[in-house]
Amino acid sequence: MSDNGYKSGSNLEKVLKAGHFAFTGECGPPKGANVEHLKEKMEHLRGMVDAINVTDNQTAVVRMSSKAASALMVQAGLEPNFQMVCRDRNRIAIQSDILGACALGIRNMLCLSGDHQQFGNHPQSKNVFDIDSIQLVALAKKMRDEGKFQNDEEIDVPPRLFIGAASNPFADPVEFRVYRLANKIDAGAEFIQTQCIYNMDRFRQFMKQAVDMGLTEKAYILAGVTPMKSAGMASYMSKFVPGMDVPDTLIKRLKGVDKKLQAEEGIKFALEQIEEFKEMEGVAGVHLMAIEWEHKVPEIAERAKVLPRPKVE
Amino acid sequence: MIIADRKPLEEILEMIKDCDNIMLVGCKGCVTVCNVGGLKEVEILASTLRIARKKEGRPLQVEEHCLERQCDPEYVEQLRDNYGKYDAVLSMACGVGPQFLSEAYPEQRFFPTVNTRFMGGAVQHGIWEERCAGCGTCVIHLYDGLCPIARCSKSLQHGPCGGSTAGKCEISKEVECIWDTIVKKKMAQGRLEDLRVHRAFKDWRTARDGGPRKSIREELVQ
Repeated sequence: MSDNGYKSGSNLEKVLKAGHFAFTGECGPPKGANVEHLKEKMEHLRGMVDAINVTDNQTAVVRMSSKAASALMVQAGLEPNFQMVCRDRNRIAIQSDILGACALGIRNMLCLSGDHQQFGNHPQSKNVFDIDSIQLVALAKKMRDEGKFQNDEEIDVPPRLFIGAASNPFADPVEFRVYRLANKIDAGAEFIQTQCIYNMDRFRQFMKQAVDMGLTEKAYILAGVTPMKSAGMASYMSKFVPGMDVPDTLIKRLKGVDKKLQAEEGIKFALEQIEEFKEMEGVAGVHLMAIEWEHKVPEIAERAKVLPRPKVE
Repeated sequence: MIIADRKPLEEILEMIKDCDNIMLVGCKGCVTVCNVGGLKEVEILASTLRIARKKEGRPLQVEEHCLERQCDPEYVEQLRDNYGKYDAVLSMACGVGPQFLSEAYPEQRFFPTVNTRFMGGAVQHGIWEERCAGCGTCVIHLYDGLCPIARCSKSLQHGPCGGSTAGKCEISKEVECIWDTIVKKKMAQGRLEDLRVHRAFKDWRTARDGGPRKSIREELVQ
């Protein structure tokens, strides 16, 4: 099979390997089987991004499965980035879902440990965590590159996947974060999407470390951006979302404008960030997580001057 | 040791609502040390139950007893003379106790009075914390004497996850992020490279996932 040297042949892989500044989006599946709602949300992203992350029961709230929602995107001619968490699946289900995802035409996968179920709407549930996110990366790579299951049995047609992982430069202990990133890349992560960035100073330091360690030569790092909709959202994230670093200066900046203009101020900050990321050494793109704000993505993409998205054959 | 918490009084009263004559059996093992099922707690629960039932106008006969250990047939056997006289026998031991009693005396009804919680120890008087998940394959040496299987909320072998904040776990500010502690210890000792290693997938067969477990010590089996 000719693959032109691509591991997966996904659009995201092609865009990154061609050296373009990638721009990915995100879409949370509906809390139900509401396909129309999902289609409406994902249509906002058509032509605006290189791939769309499909979250896997994020914050441990039950939603349509990420595999099904990703497959719906494939059917609609959009490119999903299938997120998979270790919270709800053992290695049997994980491998089965990887094969199933590939069979459905999914070509990107983001490997995550997953938010603990304590956060979600079924805190009484049992969790799995048979393996962790780094082992999930290694497992996906082994399945693809060696054509073997975790138990070394041969796979009848191995999956083709572009393998990604997440990184949170802002969680503690801060000085270890770049090493955990290195572990993920060593395990086989080819692209990295970071947690939402607000503290630019800390992110600059993190990227410098990553560049110095040669990590940006081995994997594409996409900087995570989530525009703040209001000062209230910024305060909430700062106080209640674990591992989130929202500087007071940003909260003050949002509070400094009229309530009706805070969303615009949030977008302006995001646009300033994107401009800086375009120039920042080692940053290969931006991952825009416009949470329940998909309809704003075209405007943000336009104003961020990342359109039209490149076509790589 | 095994740490247990006393069940709420209402739950115990509900279990024995159709009983007039019960026996409470304590255990001098772990539940004595964690102050939940020893001689003293047997006495306290017995009086509490008597008072509660007296208030209801349905007095309850409560016999009090305490065994050396309920997880040992030799001591369980000591109830042979007492058993059969009661509407129910309430074990104040961990979950092992009521089962060993039930197995030894099949005709007798046994109820638990505690919720068995975890394997751990007292970090200060009155506060116990989990330390071991009983996974059956100890890896504590890999993490400088700290177990992420038992103490990380996600049992991560490569932590800490992105939810670690100021030494606390993402699930609660009351929960230590053990990975924060592991990383800081390794860094302070200049052994960061230990955390750059990829750990093999854990074999959970030795944990509860492999089915109910048994340990056979050939040299002791007669």
